[in-house]
Amino acid sequence: MYASLYRALYRIRRLEEETARIYPTDRIKSPVHLSIGQEAVAVGVCATLQPQDVVFGTYRGHALYLAKGGSMKAMVAEMFGKVTGCARGKGGSMHLIAPEVGVMGTSAVVGTTIPNAVGYAYALRYRESDSLVVSFFGDGATEEGVFAESLNFAALKQLPILFVCENNQYAIHTHQARRQATTDICARVTAHGIPAERITNNDVLRLFERSQAITREIRAGHGPRFLEVMTYRWFEHVGPNKDFQLGYRSLEEAQPWIESDQVVRLANLVDRPVREQIEREVTEEVLDAFRFAEASPFPNATELDADVFKEEAACSLI
Amino acid sequence: MLTHLTPGIQQETPRTETLTRELSYVEALREATDQAMEADPSVILFGLDVDDPKAIQGTTRGLAEKYGPARVFGTPLSEDAMTGTAIGMALAGLRPIHVHIRMDFLMLAMNQLVNVAAKSRYMYGGKVALPLVIRSMIGKSWGQGAQHSQGLYSFFMHVPGLKVVAPTTPFDAKGCLLAAIHDDNPVMFVEHRILHFHKGPVPTESYTVQPGRSRITATGEDVTLVGISAMQPECLAARHYLAAIGIHAEVIDPIWLSPLDIEPIVESAEKTGRLVVVDNGWSNCGAGAEILAQVAERLMGIRDLRVRRMGFAPVTCPTTPVLEELFYPNARTIAGAARDLVEGQPTGWIPEENPALRGIAFKGPF
Repeated sequence: MYASLYRALYRIRRLEEETARIYPTDRIKSPVHLSIGQEAVAVGVCATLQPQDVVFGTYRGHALYLAKGGSMKAMVAEMFGKVTGCARGKGGSMHLIAPEVGVMGTSAVVGTTIPNAVGYAYALRYRESDSLVVSFFGDGATEEGVFAESLNFAALKQLPILFVCENNQYAIHTHQARRQATTDICARVTAHGIPAERITNNDVLRLFERSQAITREIRAGHGPRFLEVMTYRWFEHVGPNKDFQLGYRSLEEAQPWIESDQVVRLANLVDRPVREQIEREVTEEVLDAFRFAEASPFPNATELDADVFKEEAACSLI
Repeated sequence: MLTHLTPGIQQETPRTETLTRELSYVEALREATDQAMEADPSVILFGLDVDDPKAIQGTTRGLAEKYGPARVFGTPLSEDAMTGTAIGMALAGLRPIHVHIRMDFLMLAMNQLVNVAAKSRYMYGGKVALPLVIRSMIGKSWGQGAQHSQGLYSFFMHVPGLKVVAPTTPFDAKGCLLAAIHDDNPVMFVEHRILHFHKGPVPTESYTVQPGRSRITATGEDVTLVGISAMQPECLAARHYLAAIGIHAEVIDPIWLSPLDIEPIVESAEKTGRLVVVDNGWSNCGAGAEILAQVAERLMGIRDLRVRRMGFAPVTCPTTPVLEELFYPNARTIAGAARDLVEGQPTGWIPEENPALRGIAFKGPF
């Protein structure tokens, strides 16, 4: 298990490091919101999911897309604006999609995919599926009205959904304490009748263990659950750089998070030969994805008009 | 079996000769929903009060009992999340119909409608489809006032990825609703509270009135009247006022506002040289402005045109009847405007009111 978690974490870290490295060359035609430091959240939860389970995420979505099984080649090509991208070059880094592995969308507007996840969960329940939905969002999203509305409806209908708040404490440059009268997000959630718990230290193993237990409860029909995972964004809100010089947060604040880096922690739990093999394979996969994106063509001009609407209706009314 | 009926051309009501059964607009909507739900278990219906005793003016009556609470349910007062929920259901392959008893309430759902529903197919490179119907109603009269009276469909016409339809007859109400449910894209289905009371011939079977088809509802040579939503019956009544003074108006119902079937309007305007577009909303940046702009682009250098936009007065809708009366165009003011175009100058003419041509007035309480 350590090896597979390490591979998942390292894959995201390595991909994003490469993204940051080449970003200044301007070959990536998309704003990127790096997940470096926060990989544990997507990995810890997605490792407990089934392929047919569904996730919705945010514009900081590389980690989730990869952790749920999205194609790395299609993601990098998407960032390059190439037609081989997961959205044919029309969505970019903030709108990743991979229905074939249950990644049903990521949004550039905070909080926006939360009710979409709830609706998907309603459809699963309606069809008596034993799959579930996980909705990922940040601490800022919990301030949006749609968050409270979505919790209420999910609890009212006892839907098979896990809400995961990835709390990195900052909405762009503004700390949670400057935005929320009470920073106890779990208390606000339990008021809606949804059991909630907090993982305080970005601990991927603890998260894996809790997610395994919680998703089992959800599948058993016990209704929605909520997890808040405390984590930390190492890089700037958007872009390839560190931003501690801006002064809104300090390197001292970041230090404990960097020291407890879950990628390093898991690396140390995996036997060296296995670890080295994972690192070799992942590095090759990453370089291969960038080569693929580089070599892929841009979309034709005819693509501009394609897919505004789905033309052929396919419903069983006829 | 769902049949695709082509909108009848050059007749006041389509296929009248073959239709003997009359239904109200409300009954037509109810029947369309029932037939769609019966045919396809993926169709589900929800919104504030869809399962309450008043059943959205009767348009959802009996459906909760027939199809059960998983398929027909009233929602929390959460337009934003419930719209997002509808989108999530559609992503999962259901065909949700989300009902709003006033169009004004859609303002609470704009993020989901504009940023998600309209864009998902395109921004995800065609990997998802959103078969979603948003029903909403425009109110009028008996003091509906500022926040119960707005015709805001032009907002949605502005955004690629949304279809917009505003049927004006029971026939089109049923056919367009079935077409909307059948469509794999988000459709804004715009009703008008006044039109709910109208009766007309409606076939018993399932049929669709397809997107992008307008209908010539009455023919004439002197002036073209395009009436949107509740302004369509006003235009038909204006035609009678004009006939009495020897002016023959052609009347067109766009039905689908997006995609818009501009061709019959262009052809009619080319024939008459005079075009009045009567909107059930404000004229500024409205549906009428779009129609006139498209006609002007097509006929520039081909035909001299006299044009006129009519719509809500450029103010907030007042509640007191004397001001409310002035807020809306009506058959008589439309006839006056049409005569001005025909004569090429302001005549100041407004016909004497003919009680037989008075539109249906909504009687409260709501």
